[in-house]
Formats: sequence, structure tokens, C-alpha cells
Amino acid sequence: MKAIRVFVRSFKEAFKSVFRNFSLSAASVACTTITLILVSIAILVSYNIKNVTEKLENELTIVVYLEREATKDQAENLKKTIENIPNVEKVTYKSKDEWKFEMQNYSSTLNSTLSYLKENPLLDSYAVKVKDAKYLRKTADTIKEQEIVRSAEYGEGTVDKLVSVFDLIKRVTVVIVIALVLVTAFLINNTIKIAIFSRRSEIEIMRFVGSSNYAIKLPFVFEGLFLGIIGSIIPIIVTIYGYLIAYSKLNGHIFSRMIELVKPFSFVLYVSLILVTIGAVVGFFSSYRAVRKYLKV
Amino acid sequence: MKFISLKNCYKVYPNGVTALADINLEIQKGEFVFIIGPTGCGKSTLMKLLYREEKPTKGNVIVGGINVEKLRNRKVYKLRRKLGIIFQNFRLLPKQTVYENVAFPLSSNGIKDTEIRPKVLKALELVGLKDKIKSFPDQLSGGEQQRVCIARAIVNEPKLLLCDEPTGNLDPDVSKEIMGVIDSINKKLGTTIVMVTHDDQIVNRMKKRVITMDNGVVTSDVMKGKYKKHESN
Repeated sequence: MKAIRVFVRSFKEAFKSVFRNFSLSAASVACTTITLILVSIAILVSYNIKNVTEKLENELTIVVYLEREATKDQAENLKKTIENIPNVEKVTYKSKDEWKFEMQNYSSTLNSTLSYLKENPLLDSYAVKVKDAKYLRKTADTIKEQEIVRSAEYGEGTVDKLVSVFDLIKRVTVVIVIALVLVTAFLINNTIKIAIFSRRSEIEIMRFVGSSNYAIKLPFVFEGLFLGIIGSIIPIIVTIYGYLIAYSKLNGHIFSRMIELVKPFSFVLYVSLILVTIGAVVGFFSSYRAVRKYLKV
Repeated sequence: MKFISLKNCYKVYPNGVTALADINLEIQKGEFVFIIGPTGCGKSTLMKLLYREEKPTKGNVIVGGINVEKLRNRKVYKLRRKLGIIFQNFRLLPKQTVYENVAFPLSSNGIKDTEIRPKVLKALELVGLKDKIKSFPDQLSGGEQQRVCIARAIVNEPKLLLCDEPTGNLDPDVSKEIMGVIDSINKKLGTTIVMVTHDDQIVNRMKKRVITMDNGVVTSDVMKGKYKKHESN
């Protein structure tokens, strides 16, 4: 019962203390706000980049042309073999007649040329979608080794480069986000440390009147938690409204329809959740560590 | 019945300074004891041993049945709850009201609010500050702040009150008032009082047991009644 009362009291005290030590609280909140806005921007941008690159990668397909003499059974067997390759996600069949029809619709020159020929010169094919674009070449090579496969093409060269560039961009953005989160943690930690340093006499008095370490730590820890949460309010508002406005102004895409932005809901809510979590966790642990310094543990 | 006992106590600070050398003392329950001596004689260190801010380098300190030198840092609060401490510079929580300051030792210990209120009001009444419960420390005079500090020290109804130059920052009239409050606590509540002071007037007027220290040793220990006028060096 006593421990619960100490807990509740600490909660109330922490709340009061945020307002009574207004200038220190304001400094901590301002620091948290600014850094979390940066984190938010980094997350929004990097997630969008990740989304675009993944979408583009998903568009990458290996087109497998079969030998003209391939029988229906052989084609079926090949499909099964391709489907069994671990990196393969989906295999779609497209017959030479479908190709012909598509090409005839594409241009009138092609139409007349194809109509002139008695026999369809095109080949039956499979469009193969892969799970991971990084292994596109390897998968294509495996397919090429199969019988009755005339060719397996995916735009070698260009696509290989594109995939490695995407990969690099994704890595860089992840590193930037992690670095920013660390910097944020460091800055918030230091501000709270200074705030608690200025109140070390308070901690000393608490010790003199017989407060247990638990009873001393708790109000400060809650205070850190509150400051972190309060500091994340403005970044959350900026994230939600900023992204919604940007999304509607840009009509949901940048430059071309190819580069689509991530839909605002529930994306902004997840980002907000990340921000409040960073604020709360960093606030909590920063004050915990700072108070510990002034307790003779 | 003895309440405080120090046996062959030594305190040597890490820088090599010997603050206390072979201190042997016994203080009975309900006694009022002055500790006097020049600056740097070790009286504050002696007080620090009693509330376990320092550990003796050698020897044995027992306060209210607790073996102080064996008390771990984490458990110090158990000793501190049994005693009240009054400082020269008051050490009140500046952002808390008089009521909250006095209630602090109880509330931080998880005592119910309904039990805290009568105790706080009783303590504030004893020091004559019942009408200032909503004030903040910086709105009070020095004497009033010291009275808040006394109220905070006695709210727990401790068996021992340690006073480290409680009148050091106050003028003679206010000092007299404060001493009156402390004396009445000793008489009314039977609280053992150990007071370090520089103020000869107080010592001479109160006529209590006086322990004199110099260079880390006890040079005289005059029992109550056998007291002669003390004069500063």
C-alpha cells in the first residue's frame, strides 16, 4: 500500500514540478521538440524513399521465352520448376498469341507486319516476379539453365545498377534516421541532466529527511517522462498536418506518377507513435540516470 | 537509557586530515547536549557520523539501536526517519509551500494524507507558524524559515533532533526564539537533542550538558548543572 501511495504521490509531484520549474521544463521541452521534428522529417522522407524503391523493384520482371518446339507438358513442367526457385514470387504465362494481339494493338505498322506473316513469329513466355530484386541476376541465370528456355531477360546492366543504387539509398536513409535518433537521445539526456543538476540540493534534502532512493527517484523519473511526452506534442502536430498538407498539395506523388507518396493514414499515426515513444523513453531514462548520480547508491 | 554511543571513533578523510580521534561519548535518551569548539575542531564531522553522512574510519557508532557504520548507503533512510536534522542554512524545498515542506518526510514515506495533515498542523503549531502554511520559503523571514525546518524535523516525532548551528544565520532575538522552540520540544516531547553551536550566549543561558572539542578530540564534557560559564577563545 505504502509503495502505491509513494507512486501516486510521485506522479502528482512530477506533474506539479513541471510547472513549478517552468524555465527548466521549457528548455527541456524545446530541445525535445526541435530534435523530434528533425527525427520526424527524417522518418517521413526515408520511409517514402524506401516505399518508392520497393515499388520500383517490384515492377522488375524476368521475361522467360520458351523454345518454339516446347510442348504444353514441357511448358507446364518449366512453370513448376521456376515456381520452386526460392526467390520467385509469381509466374505468369503469356502465349505468343497474346503477345501478337498486344503488339498489333500497339502500333499500326506492327499490326500490318504481323498480319502479313502466315505464322506467328513470336514466342510463348513467362513473366517472373521475384521476391528480392538483389538476386534478380542469379534467379535469371538459374532459369536460363533450364531446358526449353531460349532466353531469360530482365534488362541486365541498367537494372543491376538501379538495384544497387536503390540499395545504397535505403541504407543511407536508415543510417541517417538512426544517427538522428541517437543525437536526439543525447541532446534530451543532456538537457534533463542539467535540469536535475540544478536541483541536486533538492535531492540532498530528500535524503536528509529520510526518503528512500525509490521515493526520491520516482518523481524525477516521472518528470522526465512528462517532459518527453510534452516535447513530442508539437512534432506530432507538425508531422500529421505537415504530411497531410504536403500530400494533398503534391496530389500524392512527386515528379511523376511513378514516385507515389505513402498514403497519410495510418502512416502519420505510426510516425507519431514513434515520436512519443522516443520522447518518453529518452526522458524517462535520462532523468533516471541523472538522479542516480546524486544518490549515494 | 543511552540513546547515542560512540566508542573509540576515528574519522580520517581521504586527503589525510584526521577530523576525529578516539571519540568516546554516551548521550542518554531525552538529554539536551551542546557540542562546541572552534571551527575545524571536528564537531560537524561528529554530527555527520550521527546521521550517517560519513562513516567512521574506525570505531563504533550506535544511534537509537542502529549500528551506523554497518548501515549501507541504500538503507540510510531507515536511520534518517528516526531522527530530525536542522541546518544552519535551512535547506527547505524552494518550490514547495510550508505545508508541503513539513509534510515531505511523511508523504515521501507513503503515509496517508489523512494521517499527515494533523501531524503537520501540530508541528507547525508547536513552532508557531500555523498561519503560513500556504507560503513559499522565499516569502518567509530567516527565523520563520528555520521554524519551518524545525517543524519538518519533528513532524516524524523523532527520538533524536540533530541541530547543526541552527541559529548561525539568525539575529540574537530570533535565535532566542528558536532556542525556546527547541527547548520546548525537548521538554514537551522528550526528544533527545544534540546541537552544534558557536553561540556562547545560547550555551551560557541554557545551562545544559556541554561537550567541548578541539583538534578532533573531546577536551571537556560538562554535565548539566555542573556547568561553568563558557567563554570563547
